[in-house]
Amino acid sequence: MSVVFLFTAHTVKAEDSKDPIKMTLHDWTGQLITTNIMAEVLKKAGNNVELVQADYIAQFAGLQTGDLHLAMEMWETTGRDAMDEYTADGRVVNIGSTGMNGIEEWWYPSYMKEQCPGLPNWEALNDCAEAFSTAETSPMGRYLGAPVTWGGFDDERVEALGLDWEVIHAGTDAALFAELESAYQRKAPIMLWVYAPHWAPSKFDGEWVEFPAYTKECYTDPSWGMNKNSSYDCGKPTGPIWKVASSQLEEKWPNAYKAAEAFTLSNDEMGSMIVAVDLEGGTVEGVVADWMTNNKSRWESWIK
Amino acid sequence: MILKKNYSQINFFLLLALTFLFYLYGKEWCSHLGIDWAIKYPKQFIFPLKIYISNFVKWLMNDAHFIIFSFKDLTRAISWIIEQPYQFILSLLAKGFYRGQGQEALLILPALSWIVVITIITSLAIYTKDKALVALVALSFFYLAVFGQWDSAMITLSSIIIAVPIGVLLGLSLGIASYKSQKIEQLIKPILSLMQTIPVFAYLVPILVMFGFGPVSALIATVIYAMPPMVHTTILALKSVDPQIKDFGLISGCTNRQLMWRVLIPSAKSTIMVGVNQVIMLSFNMVIIASMIGAGGLGYDVLTSLRKLDIGGGVESGLAIVILAVALDRLSQAYVKLRPDSKSKNQNIFKDYKLFFICLGVMVITYLVGFFSELIRSYPEELSLSTSLFWENSMRYININYYDLLESIKVFLLIFFLMPIKKFFLAIPWPWTVTIITIIAWHYGKFKLSILTFSLLMFIVISGLWTKAMITIYLCGSSVVIACIIGIPLGIFAGLNKKADRVLTAFVDTLQTLPSFVYLIPVVMLFRVGDFTAMIAVVLYALAPAIRYTALGIKNINNELIEASLISGCTQRQLLFKVRLPLALPQILLGINQTIMLALSMLVITALVGTRDLGQEVYIALTKADIGRGLVAGLCVAFIAIIADKIIVASSNRLKIKYGL
Repeated sequence: MSVVFLFTAHTVKAEDSKDPIKMTLHDWTGQLITTNIMAEVLKKAGNNVELVQADYIAQFAGLQTGDLHLAMEMWETTGRDAMDEYTADGRVVNIGSTGMNGIEEWWYPSYMKEQCPGLPNWEALNDCAEAFSTAETSPMGRYLGAPVTWGGFDDERVEALGLDWEVIHAGTDAALFAELESAYQRKAPIMLWVYAPHWAPSKFDGEWVEFPAYTKECYTDPSWGMNKNSSYDCGKPTGPIWKVASSQLEEKWPNAYKAAEAFTLSNDEMGSMIVAVDLEGGTVEGVVADWMTNNKSRWESWIK
Repeated sequence: MILKKNYSQINFFLLLALTFLFYLYGKEWCSHLGIDWAIKYPKQFIFPLKIYISNFVKWLMNDAHFIIFSFKDLTRAISWIIEQPYQFILSLLAKGFYRGQGQEALLILPALSWIVVITIITSLAIYTKDKALVALVALSFFYLAVFGQWDSAMITLSSIIIAVPIGVLLGLSLGIASYKSQKIEQLIKPILSLMQTIPVFAYLVPILVMFGFGPVSALIATVIYAMPPMVHTTILALKSVDPQIKDFGLISGCTNRQLMWRVLIPSAKSTIMVGVNQVIMLSFNMVIIASMIGAGGLGYDVLTSLRKLDIGGGVESGLAIVILAVALDRLSQAYVKLRPDSKSKNQNIFKDYKLFFICLGVMVITYLVGFFSELIRSYPEELSLSTSLFWENSMRYININYYDLLESIKVFLLIFFLMPIKKFFLAIPWPWTVTIITIIAWHYGKFKLSILTFSLLMFIVISGLWTKAMITIYLCGSSVVIACIIGIPLGIFAGLNKKADRVLTAFVDTLQTLPSFVYLIPVVMLFRVGDFTAMIAVVLYALAPAIRYTALGIKNINNELIEASLISGCTQRQLLFKVRLPLALPQILLGINQTIMLALSMLVITALVGTRDLGQEVYIALTKADIGRGLVAGLCVAFIAIIADKIIVASSNRLKIKYGL
């Protein structure tokens, strides 16, 4: 199979280097799936691929120097600053969206609706603040926000919308969901930052709070929205998940570069694959293999 | 004499009273006098050191050239040199040898199978003729196979096999150089304290930029972190060699080189081995962080499991790290105790090298049989055990049944202990805090120490990190207090009772090598995100030296002194409080000192559960890949550690003089 591809590649297109393309793996399932799909597709196209474990942000140093070549998930919401810094001199390039959109918002488990029937409308938040409070925050509600490094403007949002809530920042993703798991086991009150695609919204039954819908003006223009003197009086934007590559990718492996550029997945596809691995005990390899057989025409068009 | 004592006591109370007044009214006074800068250091006066550092590193990597090669060529050459042996060991133990690249590579020689590795490591233990050790080592490695940790464990082991010798050799040569020349010692010591106290996260990004992405950078970070104790113990060991032994060497006509390698180092061997032990333990400590930058192995397994909230998986991989560390440590200890002349030389070669031939035989046989049987090559997955479910369920049980009880304990401690301390530290205007710490430094260490303290504190102030530094001091301070309240009595108990000593030693070893990540997530589940959780994590980690050094101090007391006190009619109570504790005090202080150091080194980890201290600053810098910001915050942590260290050492020297030790 790959021989045939190689052969056709020889005649029509510029040739890719035989050196392995180094792709990065991080520590969450969705990213492992995205990367493995891309890797399988590139292998079918005849490229050499090597998967390397790397930290989500620290990998930029490697992409810049050309030690690493392709990173498949850089979330607009959490990676923007680092991405801007490293793409500035052109040695790292953003090669477009993966087609998936990160959703991030305040989230609560369904059992909390009994105590706070007004939800998911955000206007109910103030009436229920007490129900969500803890000894440290009482009488204010306790909202467990994302690590400060993720941004998100929750402190500003609470201020702008006049919410009687206190924002506590978790340090990591793991800490965030550890609290959710603990509270869910005890059916205890909790309101926290949940994002998708992720296993949590599939494993736990719950909803996102509905804030006034995000617009660009809401974040930049204080006069927009219900609070005339303040920005951030709305919900969070959804942000694309980008693919980033070292500038060497295009130079050394022009065909692989095109394939990476063409790669897309949808949120739903990814959601069901994450559930298959994290909750149903499947392996990443198995899930990826299934995807490859079921979507043959799609990935073939990427490497054509 | 008595007069002088009263005088200093009055001063002490005066300072305390003043501090308290500043705590209550400091803010009002300052705004009254119009000196708001004393409360909040103004932004426009912050010295932008972090920008300079970032620019310097950029220049170094992009533009710095020595005559024929660039700086980057140099660092890359170093990492190439380290990478060769690493890749060899990795292929040997875990990956197998391949020719070609990527998925086209052909397997030439498979990695050593689990049977061979267990045989080799057990033979090493048998060589020491210590039966308990043989059992320990064999069982440990068997655990790795049975619990499905083998592949990851071999990757981790490969990096340890490279990192430890580099750390030991570098440490030994730096130690010898410092022993020979006072100037070198003076130069190296401050660098060593920085290496030990700057959080690893702070220099991770610069290392990645310099040495490239992957396991080599992880190895270098490990060596930086794990080497300093080796230098310290080497210097100490060489200095404490009996001068008579040295004289004998000189008289018998040794050259300088012979004196060092044939006389001094062999006689200092047992102390030097303490350094080796520390290098091993600290290298294992770095396993998690190393896996964040591409080292893979057990550390990576811990991270991914916890990311999925698979606590059981995290615990199993974490315990595998502990087991590996303990087995290697005990093995290295046993080799030191071996007497080189204990084996007879006139037997035939085969008997002398029996173990070696057995290993070789097993290797060949498994290699050949391996072609036919999968079982020989890798431990079958179906036979692996897992305790995952057990951990999962016990966690759920505790969570559902004891959460409320734990919650009330937490609230009590928060309201009556943590919160007041935090308020206290944050309310005092910084000029007064700087003044009072400088006065304390002057009291114990006179002029030189007070100047050092003052400059280091001012560095924190002008970096604009004062508030975060105060939160750091509050968090570490309260954790150290609690760790001492728990640890010192346990240490005394261990010092007096042999059985307790054995149990506690195992407990302490586990605490120190179990990656803190493993218990961080369960602690978050029970205590939620916040200062309290961070405090528990710090206490758990920093408890070890408090126990260890106290026990050591109590054990080392001269028996004649105890007997003399008993004869003169001391009760057990008097014996403890009037004789044992005062005599063990210098060691206990050293233990407290180490507790503080470990507490500070845990800061970065606690940032992962959401504190707002310097650790968080370092962590933010890491996630934004901001080299300057990370290093400046890292230096602030280091400076706090250095001040605490110097003041405690100075005060313990005083106590030694007081008790005539």
